[in-house]
Parts: sequence; C-alpha cells; structure tokens
Amino acid sequence: MTYNLIHTTIYEYAEPVTVSHHAARVEPRALPKQQIEQFLLEIGPTPAVQQSRVDFFGNQVCGFSIQEIHQRLEVTARSRVHVVALPPPDPGLSAGWERVRQLFSDPVSPEVVAPYQFVFDSPLLAASLELADYARKSFAAHTPLLEAVADLNRRIYTDFKYDPTATTVATPLEAVLAQRAGVCQDFAHLAIACVRSLGLPARYVSGYLRTRPPEGQKRLVGADASHAWFAVFCPGVGWVDFDPTNNVLPAEEHISVAFGRDYSDVSPVSGVITGGGKHEVHVSVDVEPLE
Amino acid sequence: MSDETRKQAVSRLDSAVPMNETVIHPEAVSEPPPLHDWPAAQLFDESLTPEGALRPHYTKLFDALEQLGSVERNRRWENARRLVQEQGITYNVYGDVRGMERTWELDPVPFLIEAKEWRSLEAGLVQRAELINHILADCYGPQELIRSGGLPPALVFGQPDFLRPCHGIKPKQGKYLIFYAADLARSPDGRWWVTSDRTQIPTGAGYALANRLVTSRILPEAFRDCQVHRLAGFYREMQKTLASLAPLKLDNPRIVLLTPGPYNETYFEQAYLARYLGYQLVEGQDLTVRDDRVYLKTLAGLEMVDVILRRVDDDFCDPLELRNDSILGVPGLIEAARAGHVTIANLPGSSLLQSPAFMAFLPGLARQILGQDLKLPSVATWWCGQKSAENYVCEHLDDLFVKPAFRFKLPGMTADRELSRAERARLVSHIHFQPHQFVAQEWVELSTAPALDAGRLVRRPVSLRVYLVATEHGYAVMPGGLSRVAPRLGVSSVSMQRGGASKDVWVLSEQPVEDLSLLSTSGFNLELRRVGNNLPSRLADNFFWLGRYAERADATTRLLRSALRRFTPERGGGTQLHLAPLLETLEQQGQLSAYSSQSQSQSQAPAMSRQNPEALEAGLLAAIFDPRRNGSLRQLVGHLQRIAMFVRDRTSNDLWRAANQLGDLLANAPQEEILLAADALGILNQALLGLASFNGLARENMTRAQGWRFIDLGMRIERALCLCTFLDCSLRSPEADNPSVLEMVLEVADSTLTYRSRYNLLPNIAAVYDLVLLDDTNPRALFFQINQIAQHFERLPREAAEVTPQQKILRECSSRLRLLDTRELVLRSANWLASDTGHAIVDTARDLPRLSDAIAVSYFAHSEISRTGGGFQP
Repeated sequence: MTYNLIHTTIYEYAEPVTVSHHAARVEPRALPKQQIEQFLLEIGPTPAVQQSRVDFFGNQVCGFSIQEIHQRLEVTARSRVHVVALPPPDPGLSAGWERVRQLFSDPVSPEVVAPYQFVFDSPLLAASLELADYARKSFAAHTPLLEAVADLNRRIYTDFKYDPTATTVATPLEAVLAQRAGVCQDFAHLAIACVRSLGLPARYVSGYLRTRPPEGQKRLVGADASHAWFAVFCPGVGWVDFDPTNNVLPAEEHISVAFGRDYSDVSPVSGVITGGGKHEVHVSVDVEPLE
Repeated sequence: MSDETRKQAVSRLDSAVPMNETVIHPEAVSEPPPLHDWPAAQLFDESLTPEGALRPHYTKLFDALEQLGSVERNRRWENARRLVQEQGITYNVYGDVRGMERTWELDPVPFLIEAKEWRSLEAGLVQRAELINHILADCYGPQELIRSGGLPPALVFGQPDFLRPCHGIKPKQGKYLIFYAADLARSPDGRWWVTSDRTQIPTGAGYALANRLVTSRILPEAFRDCQVHRLAGFYREMQKTLASLAPLKLDNPRIVLLTPGPYNETYFEQAYLARYLGYQLVEGQDLTVRDDRVYLKTLAGLEMVDVILRRVDDDFCDPLELRNDSILGVPGLIEAARAGHVTIANLPGSSLLQSPAFMAFLPGLARQILGQDLKLPSVATWWCGQKSAENYVCEHLDDLFVKPAFRFKLPGMTADRELSRAERARLVSHIHFQPHQFVAQEWVELSTAPALDAGRLVRRPVSLRVYLVATEHGYAVMPGGLSRVAPRLGVSSVSMQRGGASKDVWVLSEQPVEDLSLLSTSGFNLELRRVGNNLPSRLADNFFWLGRYAERADATTRLLRSALRRFTPERGGGTQLHLAPLLETLEQQGQLSAYSSQSQSQSQAPAMSRQNPEALEAGLLAAIFDPRRNGSLRQLVGHLQRIAMFVRDRTSNDLWRAANQLGDLLANAPQEEILLAADALGILNQALLGLASFNGLARENMTRAQGWRFIDLGMRIERALCLCTFLDCSLRSPEADNPSVLEMVLEVADSTLTYRSRYNLLPNIAAVYDLVLLDDTNPRALFFQINQIAQHFERLPREAAEVTPQQKILRECSSRLRLLDTRELVLRSANWLASDTGHAIVDTARDLPRLSDAIAVSYFAHSEISRTGGGFQP
C-alpha cells in the first residue's frame, strides 16, 4: 500500500517571538517494510538555519532556527511511503521469555548490544515491581516471548479505556495505571515499562495509522492524528511491533516515523522560543491511501 | 617541656575528652602547646608517625608555628577569619533558611605533602585523566569498549548521564575531559585511594586559590620556609588551554564562564575564577545561538563567543536537546557545538564517568586501553550489575556502603551505616530487582591532619581534591588543591553541603620555588580597553534596579526620619497636622497603608490612625522594621542586598559589605514592642550613613562605564519620582505655605543648607519650590535629575540619530519644567495643587514610570525563553 502523508503543526503565539530553535522528527524511516518515495519539509517563516542529521536512534531529525520576529510557525511534512505487509513471525516459535531475559543479563551477549539500551529506565519511564506484577500475568513460565507480549498487548487493550480527556502529555504512568484510561501514548508507555520491568527490551514507535471512515462515508481529509505503539526485541526475529490501542500487530496500515526509548526521544516537533507568551498548537495529519 | 608535664597533659586529656576527640588544651600546660605531642591512633596521621614522632616534612611548619607563640598564633588565626570575611568568600547552602550564603570555613593550618609522594600521586592522576578521556571518547564515539566486552553496556546505556544528543560530537583536539578532579583519601596503611572522580564540573579550584591567598598571607614565614609550589602556573595553563580550544585561531578569543547564577552553591568561586582568569561571567540568558554560533547579548549588540567554561550541569545546558525544563541553559548550544562553532569545557555528557560504578572497571580498562596497570587505585567498588558482585554485596551489606550507581534516586537506600533487619531485606529486594542501579564501596577511614578548632590544634579527618587540566603536553596537575576537613573525628565522608571546613594544600618542593605573582595575568597580550561596551543586558537591568532601590531606601529613610522627629506621642492633632504630607507620602508609597492592627479597611485606616498616636507610632516603626510590610525600609534593604548579590562579580566587595551591614542593622534592631521612637531615630540616622556609603561606593568606585551609568540612571529616576510624590502631598496640605511645612520640604529634599545659603529669610513657598524643583545647580532638585538622565541617554548605545522613546518622554518633562515659574505660588492662598507648579509635578510623576519602562524595553529586553511541545500522541 502506498500513502500520501501530510503532517502539519502550527504554533500561534500571543506575543512576538524573536528567535526560536526547533527539532522536527517527522520524516518516516526507511525500513524493510517501508520505502520512502518522497519527503518534503516546509517551514514558514523560512528558517535562517536548517540541517538534517541522524540522531542516536537512527531517526532523521531536522534542526532549524527562525531568527526573524514571528507570531506563527507552520511546519508541514509531506511524504509518500510504500508499505508492504511482511509475513508476521509465528509467536509460538519465538524463544521463551526467560531465555531472552537471560541474554540481556550479565554477562552481556554480543549479539544483543544494540537493543540492550532499551532494557533500562528512560526519561519518562521507570520499571517498578508494581508494573512487573501487572505484566507477569501474561508471562507465565516458559511462554514464548511474542505470545506473552501479544497477550499483554491484548490485556492493555481490554483493561484500559481509550479516553482522550483522561490524560495529558505530562500524565505519569502511575496515574494511567490507577485510572485505567489513557490514549495511545500512554498505552505504548505502559506496555514498554511493563516489558522492561521484566528485564526485556522495548522501544517506543511514533508514526501514523490509516483510519477507515465509517461504512458509506467519505474519508475526511486532515482528520487523522499521529499515532504511537511499541516494539519488543526478539532474538532471531528482530523488533516486532504491537499496537495496544487497537490490539493489533501493525502491518501495512501503520507507518513508522521514529523510534526511541519513550516519547521524549521522538517528540515530532519540539522547540524553545524566546518571547511569545502563551502559545497554541494545532496539529493535523492526513493519511491518504493511494490505490 | 618535661616528660612529667607531658604525661599530665595527656592524662588530663584522657579524662576530660571523649576517646575519639584528641585535643590539646593550651591551658593544660604553661608554655605554647607541644604541637607534635599527640598520642598515636589507629588512623594514619599526616603529621605524625605511628610512634608519635613528627614527620620530617611537617617540621618547618611546626617550628614556624611554635616560634610565633600562642598570642601571635591566635592573632594570625583571627586575621585569617577577617581576611575570609573581607574577601567575601562564601558558599551557598541549599535549603538553608537562615540566609543561604555561608561564610567559607577556612582552616588556616595547611595540609602538607612532600615532593616525592606528590610526584607519585601526580603520575597516577595524569594516567587516570588520560584513561577517562579515552573512555569518554569511546562512549561518545565508536563504543568499541562495549562491543569488546571491556565495558558493560548498562554502565553507558543505563545511565541518565549518557547524553545521547552529545554522541558523535567531536571536540577540538579530541579533548573530552579538559578539566578533571579526583577526591583522594589516605587509608590507615598510608596508601592513597581515589574516592570519586569529578569529570563534569570539578568545583573548588577557585576556593583552592582563595585559600592559598589567605593562608600564605597569614603564615608568610612558614610559607617561605616550606618551599611551597605556587598555584599560578596551573591557572595559566588553564588560560592557555581554553584559548587554544577556540574553534578559529584567534589572538583574543572570547571565553566566558557560564554560571547557573548566584543561587548556585559555588557561585562565589565562579565569580572569583572568572575575575581571576579574566573571563566574563555570564548566565544562560545572556547567551543566544544564531546561525549555529553562540553570541553574548550586550547593550551594544551581539558578540560572538568562542569558548565556554561551563559551570552549568551537563543536562541543563540546552533546553532544546537536553533537559527541556532547564532555564539555565542556552537553546541551540548543542547544535553549535556539533557544528564545531563553539568549544564547551567540559563537553556536556562528561558526567557519565562520574558514576562510581566505573571504578570497578578502571583497572581492566587501563590494561586494555593504555597497556598499563592503574597506578592509583580506586576505593574498592562492586557494581551489582555483575552477578558475582551482586551476590557479594548482598552478603556483606554490613561492611559496605551501598549507593546509587547512577544519578537516580533509589528506593531502599539509607545513609546509615547500621541497617535494621527490615531495611536490609528491602534493600536486598531492590538490588535484586534492578542490580545495575546499585554500587557498593568499602567504607573509607580518612587520615587525620592537624586542624584548628576554637583556637586549639586538634586532629581531624581530611580528604584531598586535586585538579588537572589538559594541555598541549598532556595533563597538568595543580600543585596544590583543596583539602576538606571533617568537623569531628569518626567521620568518614566530608561534604561542604553538610558543614566542615577546608584548608590550603602545600605541595613542598625540594628546591627553592620561583616566586610568581598570583594576581598577574602576564604572559598574555593584554588589549587595553578604556570603556567596556559589552555589558550584558541582564546586568544593566540589575544595575538599574540597584540604583532605584538604593535611592528609594534613602528617600524612605529621610521621610521616616522627618516623621519621627516631629512625632511626639504626648501632643495631640495640632502639631501632627504638619505631619500630614509626610504621612500621606508614606501612605502613597504603601509603607503606612494598613498600620493599625484594629482597622482593616484601607480607606479609613490612615485618617483614623493619624489621630491615634500609639497606632501611628506602631505604624511608623513597622514601616522601618517589619520585613513583611510592603515597602518597609527593611524590605527595601532586602531587595538591595538581593540585587547587589546579582551584580557581585561586577562591583567591589565593599559595596557588598555595605549592603549587608545595612541589612544587619535593621535585622538586629531590638524587638518592635520595646522600641521607642527615639531609638528608631538613632537607627535611621545610622541607616542614612550606611546608605550614603553604599551610594558613594556604587557611584564613585565604579568606572564611568555603562554599569555605573545604569546605577545612576536608576537613582535619578527614583529620586525624581520620590520627590514628585512628596511635593504632590505637600501641595495638598492646606498649609502648604506655612514655614514649618516648607522647612519640612527642605529637610526631606535635603536642601536646608542650600536654602539658607541662598536666602536669609524664613522659608518662602516660591523660593523653596524653585530650589527643589527648578534649580539646576541643586543636586537634589527635580530639574537636576532630568538633566542628568538626559546626559546618560546621550552616552548609551542606540540606533544612530534616532530619537528614542525615552528621550521623547524626557524632553516633555524637561520643557514642562523650563516653562515653570514658581512665583505664581505666592499669589495663591489655597488649592496649591491646582497651580501650574502642581500640574507640572503631577504630570512628571506620571511620566517617570513611563520613562523607566521605555528604558527597560530598549536595553533589558532579554525575554524569557519557553519551550513548545509537539502535542501528544493520541
């Protein structure tokens, strides 16, 4: 499936901004399952400085600075991405989760050095005994890793209510766990922290999801949103994606943009401004499937 | 001294002092205390052998001390204390409510190290610095050490101090670790151990310098006899290194010291070092990044910065790429470093190697990287991320000191040496859950050294911090350092935050030492500058308000003094009528608005209380002493102290002391309840003298550069404003032309003598108002202030030929006064405020705050930064 993606972020400031510095992680990643056919980043006003680099996690990040006085900033990322559905791994054939954990404990096996960093606490997520308890119900002894994670994915989907009013970007995980409600970012975070609490590596995936209009209606342009899910490292297979918000294994309807330890590593557009007073952000995403 | 008296002295010690407090009582013996007569103990003592004999390298010091005699010795110790205070050496203690600034505790007895021992320490430290630099370079580069198994990945990836945005930045000359310090302790067997590595911001090098200046001054004989290595050379190496690290080859690169600000614990030494090294002390908000280059925001515009000597913590350096809640950093700084346009010393991310967990791996890494054995051992360390270490630690919890491996706060940790059964079980379960987050070390028994305690020479545990800087020819070690002294025996760690003193470290030379002057900066081509045009906008702002608060305190003191002079509790309303303009002014300024505890309603309170002498007296006293009363003199002086702190590195120590003396004067006054008006008058007179000296120092002891200009600008505006407020209230009085009211006007405007010298008659309304409003030769007159302000405007940087908004406002004020003739007042008998003079005063009082705002917009526009998020992911 090929998609045309438009991701627009608009800042409106109450007062003039004299100088601003930003980092945008909005360019979809080139992966075996997805090819980037086109990418274009439009920024208004035109930045005085702009350069792209690859960050520590392999994401394309565009750093830019605007040095003229402005009260509105618009960042639009246009991509055309071709996604193929790779055959999903057979969960039953994956290694038992305890054996995987063993790989990630002392002494470290050289084959897992790269994913090793996703075992540890990260800026927004800390492992805890409480989370380990929650997770363990899916991780019975000798359960194949991917089966266990798929079960955790399903339990988060059923135990937690999707409620956009329940949390903000700053809601800590304990609160999400207590109120059993949240949005995709919270569910991804929860799953990651659960998996890490058992000593296994998990990472955050930021991206887009194709949405299907209700039967008989036309697709609304720009009504989509950016999406988030998580992935678990499985030796012999690699990273395997799970989407707890929709209880699915992402295939050709998920487009990956950035990977990180948690949201703080992959925030799509962040910035620091001088002046500006209060500001409002408007984000619109359009995921248009091309036949 | 005979053996007999010696025994007596010792036996008296045994009975009077707890076993671990070895003290020599001067009064126990007739002559000067036998300084080297200490019983041996299990600990290593720096000055004594286990047999109780003086170690050879301490003889000269002790001889010199003994020769001084007890009276002279005490005088020297007293001098040391005075010097510390005079130099304003301080240390901030977080969360200390009794004023966070604490005088630096200097123990004036130096810590001595002999030449041979020092050489071996030096070699060990240089090797260690090289090793750490290699490890940093690898962690922030190819990460071969992780792949090869030399370094467990958890030590890097599990650490919050591994800053991923800094990965891949290549510092100039491969110098990741430019500054380094190690904390050392000597165990009972006499060996030195490294107890911690300071790889991020090695604090204390400035205090070491301050300690040296004081100690060498109070003990010049001993300093000379001992052949002590000088420190100046080390700071010169620092300067050379930083200059060589400028991205472009420049003769005169701009190097700044980036400070977190005056609230930081070591702000004093940051300011001290900046001054000593000749660098500008800047805060994050003084810098801005444009075109991936770092600039200093000055009154005259942006000036490029080449090298940043950093005292802001790693992750606070850049709110864009690092901690996004940091207000101390510079947005875009990491990108500027990545682009190679600025050098930051040390590179953010270097605190990675500060984790004690690395100590367990240094011997292996030394062999792997350098092909050498580690010369200087670390204190025995077990990192629980290794299964064998985890087991060992859990089995030996009683003998080990468990601490966080990384900068996380960990559950289950206590500072106690003794753990209860429950605490132990809790700790063990946490170690098993996340073993890589725990590290355990052996308890260190520090060695002891002679120290001073309440005038007595005693033994105290000491630790040593030694500083290194990377140079062209490898690392250079400061021949000296900072020795920290525990407050009592039996303490196994020394921390400045928890109290304790420090001492100078004398590294002894085998040869006579070349005498270098510490305070010269020769060796560098000095560019002569007459007028500094590069005052950071933030400092200009502070100077401006320093001037305003100083003047407001002065004006308020005068008003209060005049009011108290006229106030006598016995007299009724008649005399107090003349008080009305004074009281009204104080009310308008807020000082007297709610002074009666009974009357809460603001509108009727003043009028009522004026009739009640007791309430009035209480109100006046509160306006002086009450720290919670808005605008009280006490509060104004508090503001003055606070702002003086912000500009401390740009002003003289005398100014700082004058501000603090004023604060003490008001804070230490007797309780309000027992205070009489007469006592208060005395204090106000003292306060006026104090303010006069503050103002004198602020104005006269500064070069006539921009800092001075902004202080004076602030003072002029405030003086004009206070005068207008007071004259407004005076003209409201139905008896505005009464000679005693006019006398009061002259008194408050400090123009009594000038009036008498001009007019040989009773105060006349036209003459008085002419003198205080229009006489441009009277430095207290309104017109004089306006003219001074205009002159400052001429000298300040501005867009060429443009008339600034503040100049426009000022011109209106000026022409209004020019047109005025106060003789019109004589023709009136009432309703004075409706006169042209009255209007001019009211209009000027309205314009002055506008003027102040316009100045702020033109010169202090260093807007707050804030962060923007990208919205969250639903």
